[in-house]
Amino acid sequence: MTTHAWLLLGAYLVILLLVAKPLGIYIANVMEGRGFAMRLGGPIESVLYRLGGVKKDEEMGWLKYAFAILLFNLLGFLAVYALQRLQLWLPLNPQAMANVSPDSSFNTAISFVTNTNWQGYGGESTMSYLTQMLGLAVQNFLSAATGIVVVIALIRGFARHTAKTIGNAWVDLTRITLYVLLPISLVYAVFLVGQGVIQNFDAYKNVTTVEATRYDAPKLDAAGQPAKDDKGNAVTESVSLRTQSLPMGPVASQEAIKTLGTNGGGFFNANSAHPFENPTPLANFIQMLSIFLIPAALTLTFGRMVGDMRQGWAVLAAMTLLFVVMAVAAMSFEHQGNPLLASLGTDTSVGNMEGKETRFGIADSGLFATITTLASCGAVNSMHDSFMPLGGFVTLWNMMLGEVVFGGVGTGLYGMLVFAVMAVFIAGLMIGRTPEYLGKKIEAYEMKMVSIAILVTPLLVLAGTAIAVMVPAGVAGIANPGAHGFSEILYAFTSAANNNGSAFAGLSANTPFYNTLLGIAMWFGRFGVIVPVLALAGALAAKKRITASAGTMPTHGPLFVVLLIGTVVLVGALNYVPALALGPVVEHLMLGLAH
Amino acid sequence: MSHKKLAMFDPALLKPAIVDSFRKLNPAVQWRNPVMFVVYVGSILTTALWAQALAGQGEAPAGFILAIALWLWFTVLFANFAEALAEGRSKAQAASLRGLKKETLAKKIKGANATDTWVTVPATDLRKGDVFIVHSSETIPADGEVIVGVASVDESAITGESAPVIREAGGDFSAVTGGTRVLSDWLVVRVTVNPGETFVDRMIAMVENAKRQKTPNEIALTILLVALTIVFLGVTVTLLPYSMFGVSVAKAGTPISITVLIALLVCLIPTTIAGLLSAIGVAGMSRMMQANVIATSGRAVEAAGDVDVLLLDKTGTITLGNRQATNFLHAAGVKEAALADAAQLSSLADETPEGRSIVVLAKDKFNLRGRDVRELGAHFVHFTAQTRMSGVDLDGREIRKGAAEAVRAYVAERGGHFPPEVEMIVEQVAKRGSTPLVVAESAGGGARVLGVVELKDVVKGGIKERFAELRRMGIKTVMITGDNRLTAASIAAEAGVDDFLAEATPEAKLKLIREYQAEGRLVAMTGDGTNDAPALAQADVAVAMNTGTQAAKEAGNMVDLDSNPTKLIEVVETGKQMLMTRGSLTTFSIANDVAKYFAIIPAAFVTTYPQLAALNVMGLASPASAILSAVIFNALIIMFLIPLALKGVKYQPRGAAALLRRNLAVYGLGGLIAPFIGIKLIDMLIAVAGLA
Repeated sequence: MTTHAWLLLGAYLVILLLVAKPLGIYIANVMEGRGFAMRLGGPIESVLYRLGGVKKDEEMGWLKYAFAILLFNLLGFLAVYALQRLQLWLPLNPQAMANVSPDSSFNTAISFVTNTNWQGYGGESTMSYLTQMLGLAVQNFLSAATGIVVVIALIRGFARHTAKTIGNAWVDLTRITLYVLLPISLVYAVFLVGQGVIQNFDAYKNVTTVEATRYDAPKLDAAGQPAKDDKGNAVTESVSLRTQSLPMGPVASQEAIKTLGTNGGGFFNANSAHPFENPTPLANFIQMLSIFLIPAALTLTFGRMVGDMRQGWAVLAAMTLLFVVMAVAAMSFEHQGNPLLASLGTDTSVGNMEGKETRFGIADSGLFATITTLASCGAVNSMHDSFMPLGGFVTLWNMMLGEVVFGGVGTGLYGMLVFAVMAVFIAGLMIGRTPEYLGKKIEAYEMKMVSIAILVTPLLVLAGTAIAVMVPAGVAGIANPGAHGFSEILYAFTSAANNNGSAFAGLSANTPFYNTLLGIAMWFGRFGVIVPVLALAGALAAKKRITASAGTMPTHGPLFVVLLIGTVVLVGALNYVPALALGPVVEHLMLGLAH
Repeated sequence: MSHKKLAMFDPALLKPAIVDSFRKLNPAVQWRNPVMFVVYVGSILTTALWAQALAGQGEAPAGFILAIALWLWFTVLFANFAEALAEGRSKAQAASLRGLKKETLAKKIKGANATDTWVTVPATDLRKGDVFIVHSSETIPADGEVIVGVASVDESAITGESAPVIREAGGDFSAVTGGTRVLSDWLVVRVTVNPGETFVDRMIAMVENAKRQKTPNEIALTILLVALTIVFLGVTVTLLPYSMFGVSVAKAGTPISITVLIALLVCLIPTTIAGLLSAIGVAGMSRMMQANVIATSGRAVEAAGDVDVLLLDKTGTITLGNRQATNFLHAAGVKEAALADAAQLSSLADETPEGRSIVVLAKDKFNLRGRDVRELGAHFVHFTAQTRMSGVDLDGREIRKGAAEAVRAYVAERGGHFPPEVEMIVEQVAKRGSTPLVVAESAGGGARVLGVVELKDVVKGGIKERFAELRRMGIKTVMITGDNRLTAASIAAEAGVDDFLAEATPEAKLKLIREYQAEGRLVAMTGDGTNDAPALAQADVAVAMNTGTQAAKEAGNMVDLDSNPTKLIEVVETGKQMLMTRGSLTTFSIANDVAKYFAIIPAAFVTTYPQLAALNVMGLASPASAILSAVIFNALIIMFLIPLALKGVKYQPRGAAALLRRNLAVYGLGGLIAPFIGIKLIDMLIAVAGLA
């Protein structure tokens, strides 16, 4: 860790924690229908409700709430799917992008609806401006809103007692979009334009480069897969270029919500490594900040809504501690550089720069990678595939924690609260009381929902990876032989099922096999958790609230923070240790032996 | 009841328990415990794999597969044994109770008079509403309520208390229990329960049902354990394709064998807690029985652990039943010794506890020895409701003691006056929560007030510490008393209770409970009288005294056979212990998995990736011994923890945070470290023995 890295991390934490509280309280006010924003936006809201036939004072039980959320997202899926399939005949397509294939459209539609933003396609070579703006960018807002309203419903479950309802899904979705996501994105997008992010509907610009570019490109076979020789090595061909096509498009507007909503789907294939998406270190810093902004704020929204800010701070503390450890680990591993290169006489003192942008360097790339994988964002400013085995391990491990350390907007907090319920359950038994969290008894039904929510994702990851390594269509996508190939597949399914969306780029995943299987993993990784979480919310809301006494386990102190961290880490470890041992761990050990 | 305490591994229990362990291999029995069922299936599969290996088609050496299979069977048997042992202990308790149910005969009568003629019928023929008569040295045939008569009854068979108790018609001492014996006189009793619903039946049912009826927390925990099992099933099943892929890309080694996968699965799933879970529940109920408390269900015991408000009757629970003299406060011009002497004289023949306490105090303070009233030729004047005084007439001197009002009237009648400073003393004593007893004498035509004896409600020794303990546990104590607010406040302060309800009526009690419950608290109370029944029914945990009325016993969800109101504290502790034992063993079980991964993962994949040997941090001898050691540790730990499961995790009355810190350190951290040591030791033994 260099001084720069420590300063960067320190500055990041200070600013994040400073802005989290006011935003958290603002969100709580908005979701409870209070505050100055309501007075400004009230008339707009009323018009929207009238158009949609929504009775805003009519609250929903959990089942109805869940149904509304599922319906809303199903319609979103259909819309994005249709836009991709029909984009050639629709306006705003200056490059005349062809209609996207059914499997890729299926995968991408699910990917953006579920806030995963896994991208099997390259944006600048696949999507029309209309698809990007009306399909993908819109879903960036709506999937973020979905995540947030689900956690708000869960918080209401804790905050209310002997209640039948947990809110009105339509009102919640409207409010979070109207008062939180849209205004912040608007300001943020203008800032990005100031930094140099482009925003236009122009056709791509062809420019002549100063220098001829020569490189070896992998040769593709007839099926579009990387061709391999008899020994299984990739076949390459030499390419020399003097012209370059610069892709254009409405980037800034999509870039803002990409990180703010922890979506992560880049306008361009290179995502935040692309200078038009993320031009300067300052833009990079703000992008990192915007990823954790809402997840951090929501912990304090939680504290505010349950009437005890300490509860929110405790959850935030657990998240922050885990984050700092992971960030330091990732940056350190990348700073160390590759011993194999060092043994060849190369200067590796700067660290492992493979796959990293020089304008960001090790620290800004390592920190970005930690943040984006912890937050289920998936935007990248460097290639995780090129990280050192242990650096790559950290990004993979971050996702395996279940995307609860800050995590996606809303999803991170509800995931963490599910872990909190589990931690409290075991701890409660250990002190000899029926476990309770925030005055709500945790009984069989709650444990059932918690178990499902915690079970779904690891099972999807493990089963998906197992299927992929068993069938030829799965193994075909691997670019690198050996244990790293396994890591690539494991990463893909971990990323999809946890709705992260980042990739170990080595895997050629834009095939019917991966598009379908990963699409299924994303859908169930999202809604297989949301439904039990809403059921949990409904059950909690219906319960009586028990007054705390000296016999109640406090859930705001350091002990609880440690317990929560322990639970998250232990569950993650128990689920994935064998898989990790066969992937990045063995890669790292091989590196040491080769050295 | 079970006075003979059974040792943890009593030989009389061991043998049937071992037999039962094998009997429980029945799949229908195993199915009830999903986690252990997985181990059971694993044992069968590995046994089949061993048979296959013997036939020359083995995926691994037959000896290794056999060793794994055997230890998996042991795992199942050990869990069976734990359950069988716990059941055996409670069955022994039930058997001693069943002895009480020996065929007794009942003298059934038609009317309700002792003079009616009876017909002898078997006790089992008695139905609710029937009336029987029972004479001295006969066994009471059924639970009932005395309608005529007074008798001393030996209830030691139920309570273990050898002193006989008085049972009489009417009032709070009218309930009798079947199986107890009348020592003197006779009773006419109306049967209150049908056969099969009697007390002894309920006790036996409680013991025998403990394993079948899961408590709410047990159900929730089982869900978590099943969820963990499903996860680990996923982890191990998918490991086979991962391993096959690894072998194909590394072009080295062989895929992981089914035997090793099953071994890994069994090591990972929470067998420790799952194997001991039902034993913990059964043992908890046994402990309640040993404390002479009958609970209607395990649910009630568990709820006791959650209680946060305890309502306690003042008299008999917080204070000794009677007021005692603690002070002689003399009037002006009277020596304290003179007051003591007069008070002692007036109390010599007073057999009330208050009177006796005055004699004791006089002796303690002024060394005044007890004198024989008759020797002195004194005439004792008994207390009557009219005079509201008692005293003694001796050589023309009259000494009277009584309430201030009565004595004032007495003195005034004889031309004396009630001095203002005594008036003040009386007031002060009352303010302190004590009862002032004014002593006066009249001799030679004049009367004067000698002073005041302070009678105090004496708080039981050690009760204050008990309440402090409860406070640390987070339980609020509330004293219920019929006294006025002033007296109640003073006793409450002395006993150290958190709150009190003065001038309590049954309605006020009920209202208080409802208020606490509305605040989201769980309320426990003890009671014995019929007028306690509504409050008992409303409370979340209600312990009725066995000496209490049938109505009270029916309203409560527990009955304390010793009729000791502070027993509630033990009930709370037992409830907490049951949960703590489950929670602690769950934590231990899950924490164990880390070490097992370190033992098995390198061993399983080292042929494919030799580099993974670096993860063999324990330095285990060989892959085969590493896997076998983990499996053996996993089986043996169940045996090691049986005593803990039966006795329960030690409960200490501390705050929640302190308790959690301690248990996390012992069972969480201990659970992480212990298997590293245990597996290493077993591995060394195996290596020395050259088994693998």
